[in-house]
Amino acid sequence: MKILALDSSGLVASAAVIEDDILLAEYTICYKKTHSQTLLPMLDEIRKNIELDMNTIDAIAVSAGPGSFTGLRIGSATAKGLGLALDKPLIAVPTLEAMACNLYDTPGLICPIMDARRRQVYTGIYQFKDHQIQVVRDQAAKGIDELIEEVNALGESAVFLGDGVPVFRSQIEEKVTVPFSFAPVHLNKQKAGAVAALAAIYYKEGKIQTAAEHRPDYLRVSQAERERAERLKKEQEHTK
Amino acid sequence: MDKDILILGLESSCDETAAAVIKNGRTVLSNVISSQIDIHKEYGGVVPEIASRKHIERINTVIEEALKEADIALKDLDAIGVTYGPGLVGALLVGVAEAKAICFAADIPLVGVHHIEGHVSANYIENPDLEPPFLCLIVSGGHTHLVVVKDYGEFEILGRTRDDAAGEAFDKVARAIGLGYPGGPKIDKLSKEGNPDAIVFPKTKIEDAPYDFSFSGLKSAVLNYINKAKMTNEEFNPADLAASFQKNVVDTLTEKAIHAAKELHIDKVAIAGGVASNSTLRNSMEQACRKEKLHFYHPSPIFCTDNGAMIGVAAYYEFIKGTRHGWDLNAVPNLQLGER
Repeated sequence: MKILALDSSGLVASAAVIEDDILLAEYTICYKKTHSQTLLPMLDEIRKNIELDMNTIDAIAVSAGPGSFTGLRIGSATAKGLGLALDKPLIAVPTLEAMACNLYDTPGLICPIMDARRRQVYTGIYQFKDHQIQVVRDQAAKGIDELIEEVNALGESAVFLGDGVPVFRSQIEEKVTVPFSFAPVHLNKQKAGAVAALAAIYYKEGKIQTAAEHRPDYLRVSQAERERAERLKKEQEHTK
Repeated sequence: MDKDILILGLESSCDETAAAVIKNGRTVLSNVISSQIDIHKEYGGVVPEIASRKHIERINTVIEEALKEADIALKDLDAIGVTYGPGLVGALLVGVAEAKAICFAADIPLVGVHHIEGHVSANYIENPDLEPPFLCLIVSGGHTHLVVVKDYGEFEILGRTRDDAAGEAFDKVARAIGLGYPGGPKIDKLSKEGNPDAIVFPKTKIEDAPYDFSFSGLKSAVLNYINKAKMTNEEFNPADLAASFQKNVVDTLTEKAIHAAKELHIDKVAIAGGVASNSTLRNSMEQACRKEKLHFYHPSPIFCTDNGAMIGVAAYYEFIKGTRHGWDLNAVPNLQLGER
């Protein structure tokens, strides 16, 4: 079983290939170049170095959101193109759940946070039970204070990771009342290896899609849709 | 006979997701266009984020339909051509990332195509005799250019708009008289019921640049006219206004194109871009060309709107010249004509 995995949801661009329990290749960069310029050249580098015959790939996994809208689409369009060309299924993996998989079997709560702008974070709360990842709080966009309250209420130790950490570090340090820590540098961002590992589980559970039907899970509507909905709501209230 | 060259053209620069298969640069085997216009109408214009989202939802289906209609498989393709600019960056990126991934996985050469070069190339589809050099007037929602097509993929820009594109002026005037989006076809239709000489709007002349355009002055004049009428409670006939506005734009476009053809001794004149399907512009250009004994070329409306066929045609001429793009091809939202 060979899975090719991509993550371009945030600042990191990452590509990996796993075959059963072997990580054949993982290439991760966090640099100012756009994912559009880096993701496929990285995959090409992987292909050359592991002499990868693309037709031997069984499924393409992609970190499907939340994240930067444009970043997600670069990953998704790349995965959809690969799926179309190879006639292979896609596995859409929730970005934050894959990030939580970086911290396999860590006791307590795992809280990946991504800066979602508009004073929010994309976050979820995860936990390992019997060596299996469990979703404690589904991924969503919320205020950092709301997340901190949830973590405090759950009353277990917590580890935070993600590109939201440097943005919200002081709030976490100030307000979290349970024992907490921050993930170390080699585990604190998106990794396509983790996307692939989680995708292997999803694949066994039958959670696959066709390349045509796949689309990112943004967790948010566009600004134009949001403003339009607000305007319509106001108009409705006026006419009442 | 050499083997046929088959190219898949992909277009996602604005609000159309489109794919087409082109044989030997001139024959359209399929041309699939998924338009989002009904969605964007609700917002009075194209919303970039919504456009990008729709592109990614539809792109695989559009490509698969184009291949199926052409009755070919991916492995039959000699290249994939994709629009990489100019356009909306988020929208462009979907097509670019998709095309790159398909080419990468299926070992197909990749050719990045300039969107406007695509519009110009739409003229080759139904005019087998048309070859460069010729003069081309490119008019769309985002562009107004007067160019000499010196050779395939080689352009000399004579003039361009200093402010609004012609199509943009149509959209803004249409909005002001309550016609909604997209403005071009709506103004064209309403104009047929109006008197084009009812209102005389000023024409903007640009010193030292006889082939440059400017439509913002005209747009302001129309908006002022409407505001003044509203303030003084005077009724005006929207059809007369639409017709008069349209005549002004069409006359300017026609005059400059014909003037350039005569001055540069070019006997072939083509139009391209979304506004090239405007019936008044087509008639005006046709008549003026006939009068001046110039050959006039224009694509059918289906090839004037954004489509994959025109991208496939442009890609063909780039492909046979040896143009290939790498896996680092990026979307370039402000790509200039002739730039590589």
